[in-house]
Amino acid sequence: MSDASMPTATPHGSIHEQDARTKRRNAAESRFKAYGIIAIGIGLLMLLALVYTILSKGVGAFQQSFITMQVELLESKLDKTGERDIEKIKKVTTFGYAPLIKTAFEKTTAENGIETALKSKDMAKMLSKSAAAQLRDYVIANPEKIGETIEFRFLANSRIDGYLKGRVTRDSIANDKNVTPAQLDFADQLIAAGVLKKTFNIDFIIGADASDQRPEAAGMGVAMMGSLFMMLVVLALALPIGVAASIYLEEFAPKNWITDIIEVNISNLAAVPSIVFGILGLAVFINYMHLPQSAPLVGGLVLTLMTLPTIIISTRASLKSVPPSIRDAALGVGASKMQSVFHHVLPLAAPGILTGTIIGLAQALGETAPLLLIGMIGFIASNMPETIGEGLLSPNSAMPAQIYEWAKRADPAFYERAWGGIIILLIFLISMNTLAVILRRRFERRW
Amino acid sequence: MFDAPTPGDTMVQTDTKISARNVQVYYGDTHAIKDVNVDIEAKSVTAFIGPSGCGKSTFLRCINRMNDTIDVCRVEGDILLDGEDIYDKKVDPVQLRAKVGMVFQKPNPFPKSIYDNVAYGPRIHGLAKSKADLDEIVEKSLRRGAIWDEVKDRLQAPGTGLSGGQQQRLCIARAVATEPEVLLMDEPCSALDPIATAQVEELIDELRNQYSVVIVTHSMQQAARVSQKTAFFHLGNLVEYGDTSQIFTNPKDERTESYITGRIG
Repeated sequence: MSDASMPTATPHGSIHEQDARTKRRNAAESRFKAYGIIAIGIGLLMLLALVYTILSKGVGAFQQSFITMQVELLESKLDKTGERDIEKIKKVTTFGYAPLIKTAFEKTTAENGIETALKSKDMAKMLSKSAAAQLRDYVIANPEKIGETIEFRFLANSRIDGYLKGRVTRDSIANDKNVTPAQLDFADQLIAAGVLKKTFNIDFIIGADASDQRPEAAGMGVAMMGSLFMMLVVLALALPIGVAASIYLEEFAPKNWITDIIEVNISNLAAVPSIVFGILGLAVFINYMHLPQSAPLVGGLVLTLMTLPTIIISTRASLKSVPPSIRDAALGVGASKMQSVFHHVLPLAAPGILTGTIIGLAQALGETAPLLLIGMIGFIASNMPETIGEGLLSPNSAMPAQIYEWAKRADPAFYERAWGGIIILLIFLISMNTLAVILRRRFERRW
Repeated sequence: MFDAPTPGDTMVQTDTKISARNVQVYYGDTHAIKDVNVDIEAKSVTAFIGPSGCGKSTFLRCINRMNDTIDVCRVEGDILLDGEDIYDKKVDPVQLRAKVGMVFQKPNPFPKSIYDNVAYGPRIHGLAKSKADLDEIVEKSLRRGAIWDEVKDRLQAPGTGLSGGQQQRLCIARAVATEPEVLLMDEPCSALDPIATAQVEELIDELRNQYSVVIVTHSMQQAARVSQKTAFFHLGNLVEYGDTSQIFTNPKDERTESYITGRIG
């Protein structure tokens, strides 16, 4: 600290004038801010475009066109003996119901004063192929109604529905064998008479998938149950295993090369493509352990493998963020290691663990690739599972797999449903992420 | 190298609580504590002073085996508590820590209520048979921590909401709630203002009636005020150990003299 080493003070200019260096620095800062704003702006634009596309293409799926008519449940067709024997009523196939619908359609047309050259056969073709089945299901459920006249709301087929939604036009049907201009004229008359109407369709949300021929009847509900059961399996397995593994690794395990290798590999696992977990699931759970194919149980097991690294990494991070002074305090009053972890560290880490788990679940919920390999994709005609066991073991699909399935089918009506399915899936994901944020805000402790 | 009077030879101790014999501590390759011998008296306050990094805190943490939680730390030699080796294989550190309580440098109350902070120790050691018992222990401990009057109306308020000095006294109350025999304090006042420091020092003086207190401090004035015995550590060596009055007025080692007069530090 000798005086000779002090540099002689150079006189600075006025602070009211920026020198060249300051100007350059400020310009660099402004440029950097501008880049940031541009980047965020582009991101926001993309997001807006995405949301707009999804909404504009998908909202249609939540509405469906229905034709309302009075159907007389003729005893002579449905129950010739008049005994109301349910077994005999069941013998009447959907073909037996078709004439009732034709008659009802003709009557409705006449009652509303609509004049048309259309034959009743072509009229009936405007209804969904599910109409007869809907009627039959109703009769089997309520045999006492035979002989009465009941009002029914039948789905219009996908072409007529598309006409109401603007997807099908007179120009576009030139080469379409499934619909004629005459039918569209008739549809216009039905709309004017209030018989054909577009309304909200709850069956899209709660119903089951339908075959290629009946896009208008397809719904997301059963796939949603498939996803739900998979998530239950993931939650029940991944949370306890992941949290236990992280606690052991973080708090108890000695720090040596073995734990280092485990740590590196957990990070690696988090980066493994999900389809690899799918083929692992196929090899182990289905081919070796002979668990049923296409079952949510297997899907859940595969997704558990995929979610575990995420949960372990986030749990370890939140355990690490608990200040060591809390552990010292607990050990200092004579708590054992385990007591200090379970009484003090874990409660403080819980919000972080919960957030990590929910984000892991949300990832798993949106995963499609591993489901391809274990057969949870394709047209799986299943009804709502009635028991938990059935829900876990009977073949099912999952929401993203269902969307993929719809997107690859030929009929444009399915395409609309795929977008609608994406809306439902996104609503689930957004709610889960919101829940994660709320939980973190709510339970986060500061010290 | 080691020229302090060997305790036990030159000093006659009738009531020794803790005695350390040839204690060595290593952090990995670093030799942090070199051959420390010391006898700590029961029901008195012993102060460890010395410059930063001299090993006084490390040695303190050996007495209740808090160093066990550090993987690279290795302790050699014997530390006897009431004649029993605390590093014996049969010793469970958890049981030891119930007997040797500790108060840390930074106040570290659990993020729980004041009541739960104090009740935690007695609960895990099963010291209270009933709720009434526990209430009594909590009150007694908070009184001993000289904080009862300030918190008696808000026992369910979070302990982290108290001021720094109150938090530290709460931590002392928490430490005495498990009825320890020895109380280790690692710079308990370094994060406190002078008023809170005075309160804690007063408290330490009272605690001497029931506990053997070992306190690590950076402040020589504090050591002079609260302790009966003082040990001066330098570079991992115990340089000098003796009555506080003697250390501060008539140090035998020149390093001690340099330190207390402010020439090294």
